[in-house]
Formats: sequence, C-alpha cells, structure tokens
Amino acid sequence: MVDFSLWDIVRNLLLALRWTVGLSLIAFIGGGLVGLLLLMLRLSKLPGAGVFVSAYVQLFQGVPLLVQLFLAYYGLGLFGINTSPWVAAGMGLTFYASAFLTEIWRGCVASIPRGQWEASQSLALNFAEQLRYVILPQAFKIAVAPTVGFLVQVIKGTALASVIGFMELTKVGKTIANATYSPFLVFSCVAVLYFVLCYPVSLYAKSLERKLHAPR
Amino acid sequence: MPPVDTSATVAPIVDIRALRKSYGSNEVLKGIDLQIAPGEVIAIIGKSGSGKSTLLRCINGLEEFQSGALTVDSKPLLHRDAAAMRALRQRVGMIFQGFNLFPHLTVGKNIMLAPSLVKAKDAQAGEAHARALLARVGLTEKFDAYADQLSGGQQQRVAIARALAMEPAVLLCDEITSALDPELVGEVLRVVEGLAQDGMTLLMVTHEMSFARRVSNRVIFMHQGRVHEMGTPAEIFGTPQTPELQQFLSSLHD
Repeated sequence: MVDFSLWDIVRNLLLALRWTVGLSLIAFIGGGLVGLLLLMLRLSKLPGAGVFVSAYVQLFQGVPLLVQLFLAYYGLGLFGINTSPWVAAGMGLTFYASAFLTEIWRGCVASIPRGQWEASQSLALNFAEQLRYVILPQAFKIAVAPTVGFLVQVIKGTALASVIGFMELTKVGKTIANATYSPFLVFSCVAVLYFVLCYPVSLYAKSLERKLHAPR
Repeated sequence: MPPVDTSATVAPIVDIRALRKSYGSNEVLKGIDLQIAPGEVIAIIGKSGSGKSTLLRCINGLEEFQSGALTVDSKPLLHRDAAAMRALRQRVGMIFQGFNLFPHLTVGKNIMLAPSLVKAKDAQAGEAHARALLARVGLTEKFDAYADQLSGGQQQRVAIARALAMEPAVLLCDEITSALDPELVGEVLRVVEGLAQDGMTLLMVTHEMSFARRVSNRVIFMHQGRVHEMGTPAEIFGTPQTPELQQFLSSLHD
C-alpha cells in the first residue's frame, strides 16, 4: 500500500478542485446565457415561444440531473458524436442551470408591476428599451440573491459529473479513498472543500442583497 | 374656459370612428365616435365599468380594439406596426392613477429617459428641458430625488412632467387623483388646470366633478360602453337629458 500523508490527500483534492470550479463556471455562465435567451424568448410573446420555453423548463426540471448527465454522455455517443466528459458535463449542467435560472428570472420579471410596462410603453419605448432600461434593472435587484443562491446548487451539482468519469473533486476523492482505504478522512476533506467553496458564495449573496436593498 | 372651435374646419387631433372593443364575449366599447379638436379639454365621467378608462387606454394602444379606426394627429393606430405605434405614442402622453414612476431612477432620469431613447435628445438639452418641466410642476429641487422620497402628489406631478417631456399633442389622464390623499389632490389639479390654460389638449377620466365643470370645454358621460350624453359642462351638469345621467349625478350627492 502506498503511503499517503494528509498533505498528499489535500494537495490532490485541491488540484481537483480547479475542475470543480471550472465546471461550475461553465455551467453557470452557459446556463446564464441560455437562461437569458429563454427569458427573452418567453417575454417576447412570439407565437409558440411560451410553450417551447415552458416545455424546456419542465423537461429539465423534471428529470434528475444525474440522468441528464448520463443521457448527454451516452446519448450523444449514439449519434456518433464523440463526447468527452468535459463536453457532456458542461452541456448537461448548462441545460440544467438554464432551466432553473430562466424560471427564477421569469418570476423576478413577473413581480415588476404592470404599471411599469404600461408607463414605459406609453412613453413610446420599444420592447427592447422597456426591458433594458425599465424592467430588467428592477428585476435584477430582486434576482441577485436567488441567482447567487442557485450558484451554490450548481457547484454541488457538479459532483454528479463524477459518474461519467469527470475528474472533479468528488471523483478524485473517490479514487484517493480507494487507494488509501481511509474513505472517511478523504470524504471529510472533500466535504470541507465544497463547504469552503460554497459558503463564501452564500455570504456574498447575502451581502449583495443587503447592499441592493439598503436605503439610498 | 374660452370656447374651442370644434367645427369641421379644424382637423381633429384625435379622431375615433366606430370603435368597438371586447374582452372575450364581453363588449365594453360598443361603437364610439369622437372627434377632439386641438386645445380641447374633455372630461369623461360615468360609473365604473362604463368603459371610460378602456376608451382612454385605446387611444395610445394600451388596449387593442377589434373594429373601428383611431388616428392621433392624423397618425393611424395600427397595433401590429411597431413603428406606427412608436410614432403615435410620441404624440400621446398618459398619466396613470398609480403614478408609475420608475423607482430605480431619479426624478430627473425618469423625465429624461424617453426623450433620450426615442427622440435621441442629447443629454444637455434633455437635462435643461427636464429642469424646466420640473419648475413648471413646482418641483425644481427634486431633480435628484427618488420616487419613494416623494409624496403621492409630488410623484404625480413628476409623472406629468415625464409625459410632457415627450412634447405630446394630447395628454390622457386616467383618474390621476383617485389614489391621492384628499389634501394632495389640489396641487395636482392646479398643474392640470395650468396645462389646460396653456392650450394642451386634455382627455381626462375623472371623479372630480367640480374640477371637470370648471376646466373642461366638453363633458362626456359614458354608460354601458357608449357615449350616452355629451355637451358643455353647463349642459351636462345643469340640464342632464337622459335618466341615466340624472341618476348618475344625483348618486354623487349622496
């Protein structure tokens, strides 16, 4: 048996943490962009857009992320597309995050009073101007806290990418646990690292919320 | 109020022909014909549900109507044509019962937003205009304030300045004092009266009968989706012809 010092374990986990962070960022940025696109589509009231977006949201909210990742990994292979765990995990998490983010943001936009739409419309603003200058700045304030809160869900969700062989924190932890025969120690370290990653994000969400709601 | 020439020689600023509007099977406007001359001040009165607010909201396209024609300043209202709607709405200002100021912007930016976006007005000219308009509604010192720092009456006066910033030909006022505490009604009505004296075309749905009587050239009584009776304030309030109007007016005194 190879001898692992605690530092060896932590060092390897820290290296793996990079990929957890990277995957989280891809999921969050990709999910944010797709989610924003879906939000625009839904707000545009184009024929069929509302039905499409709500079907999309229902589909990705109604299927476990784990299963989505399996489908992305093996499904694309069926179509002859050679998927790496990176692509499959990135895509799976992007779909997942976009479905939740667009729904969170839709709620924020819906909470802006109708009078704001009517007043800006009466001032001859077009749809894009209404969104850009009147609706979204107000919706943004409301959206910050739940959005950053959801980032924590995404970070934790990346752990599932371990099942398709993506070498992120959980997968590396499992590998080290198998090699060291001390799974409790290793997964304790894994847990601490997830916490260290997620806790500041939660704190940040809270402070953002305080800042945006502070009296002017 | 000086009499306004409503004869056919002056092209109407607002021209409504056979306008019908329904929500599903419920017809709320049953054929409205109305021509409004430039500079005319019109008060629309009637029970709630008579269609008066809906009529107002049809004029700037907040509500779509099913049949009939509507032009403002000879610009036709075409719901499906975004460019036509943008052109028309620049000629029609609207003031709401609930003020609807943009809470995330200062008073000054509330006023300058639409002119800078829609009319590409440069920042300096926009600010000068906004300050002048604020002076006109008596709120010079509130340029950098936010809506939640103002009283209802002040908010409504900012809303008036914001609508005026687009230099509309017609101003629609939808029960603009109904959400105000009684002691704040006067300051808003004084601003509106000043606009009327300056020759602004005004179309107002109101429950302030004494104000309607004093300021308007023409009063329209709406009942069940139709213009039921129309005339000068003296005619409408002094010698109402139809039993519906008589009943409406007497109900106000209870």
